[in-house]
Amino acid sequence: MKSLEDLEKKINSELTTKINNTEVKHNQIYIETDKEDIIDVAIFLKTNQDTKFRQLIDITVVDYPEQNQRFEVVYLFLSHEFNQRLIVKYLIAENEVIPSLTSIFPSANWMEREVFDMYGVSFKDHPDLRRILTDYGFEGHPLRKDFPLTGHSEVRYSEDQKKVISEPVKLEQNYRNFDYESPWEGTRYIKEEIENNDKKN
Amino acid sequence: MTKKIKNLNLNFGPQHPAAHGVLRLILELDGEVVEKADPHIGLLHRGTEKLIENKTYMQAVPYFDRLDYVAPMNQEHAFALAIEKILQIDVPIRAQYIRVIFCEIGRILSHILNVTTQALDVGALTPSLWGFEERETLMTFYERASGSRLHANYFRAGGVHQDLPKGLEEDIAKFCETFPKIINDLESLLTDNRIFKQRNVDIGVVTKEDALDYSFSGVMIRGSGVPWDLRKSQPYDCYESLDFKIPVGKNGDCYDRYLCRIEEMKESVSIIKQCLAKMEKGPIKSLDGKISPPPKAEIKQSMEALIHHFKLFTEGYRVPKDEIYTAVEAPKGEFGVYLISDGSSKPYKCKIRAPGFSHLQSMDYLIKGHMLADVPAVLGSLDIVFGEVDR
Repeated sequence: MKSLEDLEKKINSELTTKINNTEVKHNQIYIETDKEDIIDVAIFLKTNQDTKFRQLIDITVVDYPEQNQRFEVVYLFLSHEFNQRLIVKYLIAENEVIPSLTSIFPSANWMEREVFDMYGVSFKDHPDLRRILTDYGFEGHPLRKDFPLTGHSEVRYSEDQKKVISEPVKLEQNYRNFDYESPWEGTRYIKEEIENNDKKN
Repeated sequence: MTKKIKNLNLNFGPQHPAAHGVLRLILELDGEVVEKADPHIGLLHRGTEKLIENKTYMQAVPYFDRLDYVAPMNQEHAFALAIEKILQIDVPIRAQYIRVIFCEIGRILSHILNVTTQALDVGALTPSLWGFEERETLMTFYERASGSRLHANYFRAGGVHQDLPKGLEEDIAKFCETFPKIINDLESLLTDNRIFKQRNVDIGVVTKEDALDYSFSGVMIRGSGVPWDLRKSQPYDCYESLDFKIPVGKNGDCYDRYLCRIEEMKESVSIIKQCLAKMEKGPIKSLDGKISPPPKAEIKQSMEALIHHFKLFTEGYRVPKDEIYTAVEAPKGEFGVYLISDGSSKPYKCKIRAPGFSHLQSMDYLIKGHMLADVPAVLGSLDIVFGEVDR
């Protein structure tokens, strides 16, 4: 497909119910779909003569802890032939298991392992779902928003035990997170009050 | 009498000179033939993405230097471009040229390191001695522009941090005159070298199809004959106005990838020359005081400049709610940043797509059936740097 608008139409007409929403911005197409349809969408994008998204660039997850469906899974695709980029997304709840794309794109293997490691999202039919970036025996999923920046444990070499040991983090000073929001623009609680008053009036 | 032969498991690394960093490669050997390779990565994991979520946009830039630490500014470029696209700000033309010059210097830095260490892995010592001398010169250029040899922290959203010091442009131009001879010298040592060819030709062959399936990019995909370079296909900054060629390999083996890198260095030199010729005096960063800090002299005079300076270095600039994926052609391949902003002065999420990650992933596929001695050759031609693989 030559232009992104044509591609958008094509995807909407071919996949109809499998697509919830499409949007073109920043010269890329953003597609929203569902967990159940991701395999079909991926196969269509890869094999269709008018799309040819032959390369899976990356898989990642965005964490929105305050939402019911906490994680947004994001797939980035690239079509060399038509020189286009496409982003597929869907929302899932915390303990949901999602289908793996390894059978369609072999490169999904490590990307899914990384997602599993960093966010604790499990994949169905993944050949080798192990942690990848964190240490052997690591606990927790570091990129979740509720995981503290300093982590839970630290390792050091113990002179007494003659081995590397892991113990809870002890900080001389806590991590300081300053709120620099401008007082001139009104701090958050004042802003909210003003907005509420505006609504009442 | 029959004897039962067991496969041997071998730990290659994490401390091995040919592993190019902290890679633990678990090899299953049948005699000298590799049956299976299982790379264990993450020994250099520093949680870059988590740290970036907790810093303002300007404070996040130095983390990008520490990813692929042999070509730091190329990474910064991807991040700067992502922010610029969301904020919809224009970069002054001089800043674009400066950025391209330093990206190409980064490409030469990375390719010299890779070509010479690959030669070192297969037994040639001299290229690394000759090549590293040039790297030193290039890093002095980095130092003169940014104040630091490696971790530059030089690119900003909207331009670069400061203008080039006096005399640097002339010195880079001089380097462009002398460097092609060094490339020829390196080539005279390697290109027709019998041992180098025996170790690299037909080793680690990647077909076109597999290069696509395994998400290869950069030299790894061009070596297999796919003419794909983001500088041409999705040009950013001033690459569109520059004239350069994309070297493409034929056989997809380690030797073709070596040749591609050599040719790319020559093209980089030509790009730098063109930039130097076209460059004119002018601003080097966006003049919008809400995004880039005002000059020091102005702070002493103008109240507004002082406030801008204070706000930029405490709260930082705010980026409206949006999401974007931007990629640049880093020396190792497609380096991308998937940035989600939420309207505050810190990124909500910043996923870094490192080319080395998908390249190293294919190690098992590349090395299966090869001899143990080919492992360093293949690893060398993958061009792995653990700063970016582990993040």
